[in-house]
Amino acid sequence: MKVQVDQSKCQGHNRCYAIAPELFDVDDLGNAFAIGDGVVGPHLAEKARLAVANCPEYAISIVEE
Amino acid sequence: MTTLDEKSIYGPVTSWQTDFDHADPSYNENAHAIWSELRGACPVAHTERYGGTWLPVTHDLVHEIAYDTEHFSSRGVVVATVKPSDLPDAIPAPIGGAPPITSDPPFHQDARRILLPAFSPKTIDLWEPEIRLLCRELIADMKAADVVDAATQFAQHIPVNVIARMLGFPPEDGEKFRGFVHDVLEAINLEPGKRAEAFMALDAYIAKQVQDHIDNPRDDLTNFLLNAKIYDQPLSLQHVGGSIILLLIAGIDTTWSAIGSSLWHLATNPVDRRRLVDNPALMPTAIEEFLRAYAPVTMARVVKDDYNFHGNEMKQNDWVLLPFPAANRDPKEFENADQVLIDREVNRHAAFGLGIHRCLGSNLARLELRVAVEEFLAAFPDFELAPDEVVKWSVGQIRGPRELPVRINARTL
Repeated sequence: MKVQVDQSKCQGHNRCYAIAPELFDVDDLGNAFAIGDGVVGPHLAEKARLAVANCPEYAISIVEE
Repeated sequence: MTTLDEKSIYGPVTSWQTDFDHADPSYNENAHAIWSELRGACPVAHTERYGGTWLPVTHDLVHEIAYDTEHFSSRGVVVATVKPSDLPDAIPAPIGGAPPITSDPPFHQDARRILLPAFSPKTIDLWEPEIRLLCRELIADMKAADVVDAATQFAQHIPVNVIARMLGFPPEDGEKFRGFVHDVLEAINLEPGKRAEAFMALDAYIAKQVQDHIDNPRDDLTNFLLNAKIYDQPLSLQHVGGSIILLLIAGIDTTWSAIGSSLWHLATNPVDRRRLVDNPALMPTAIEEFLRAYAPVTMARVVKDDYNFHGNEMKQNDWVLLPFPAANRDPKEFENADQVLIDREVNRHAAFGLGIHRCLGSNLARLELRVAVEEFLAAFPDFELAPDEVVKWSVGQIRGPRELPVRINARTL
């Protein structure tokens, strides 16, 4: 699975970065992006789901591959 | 401030559905019950007060308005007896009097980008040691007492002190800031002339501080704004002053309220307090849950043109309150919405707003809140509401305890 941040929706609430800093980083403006290619190892799957479920702007999605 | 004769021009509320008034002291005291009643009954309440004001209380409706910048303008964000349209010299949309919170697209994004880096998570995290030290100093001053006021002796000093340092304003002016905040956010139902007087005092104070920074430049946010450019031009002094008003007013009452409400919860819920003391790993979910359940900030919009919003005939220049705290209690959006669950893991709350106006200072507010709760609990693991004393809640769009007397060495468990 992969995580994706829709840059047009992200408003910089910073919830994903707080929940899963292994998967998300923030830029100088405070907007989030997925680290690397966004691939989520099995041990981080739960954190990825929580990041999706806590984003106030519905900006994060999980793509199953 | 104390010089004003604070007499509301409105009488007591006769109905929350058709005559509500968020500056009536019973509104914030009973906010959750009122929103629950309105959610079942309306769910968009209306009042003729303040020249016509609407109050949607469901998550869906609040979300919709927050995203709809076509019909709703941010040029006025504090519902009061003075409307932006009443002020001939007010800066019109899309800039507004306190950019970017009072700005509309497309200007909004350009003004916001100037300030975002100063409030990004990585910049704000650097403030943690100073905030922790400040909390410990405040706590050291309280330790000899049996009963302390967690709002006036602790919570309120944290954002005041931090924003003064960030702006490079005299730290001893904290009491003045609290006066300005009261004038802008709480003294909203005064006769318009009185309100204008208060704003003139605020403008004069800011102008003096800005001039001092022009004469004696230093490394702080005020000089940062004075050096900033938009569309290749320096910001106008009006823009600089307006942004400073935003930073000064928006960060103080709000964070102080969030800290106060969180401590109020822990003072009245000994089981949660004990769980947090015993298991600090719960702190991240607890903080988000306090932000959800006791979100302090209701924003506002101005209706741009006559607009039928889900059957409600909104008129041009009507006010619309955006009660994010009510959205956060909507049972359609949150399971057990009225229960405070400090281990709630799925918590898509809107405490810092939704859409393009997400609270610029949210990272700072969250940091101050977390450090304040951590330090207060570490110093006073067993505190409770002081018996025979009264908790006093704020009035207006920012909700939180203004007086919170607690006994700091309780032994309730």
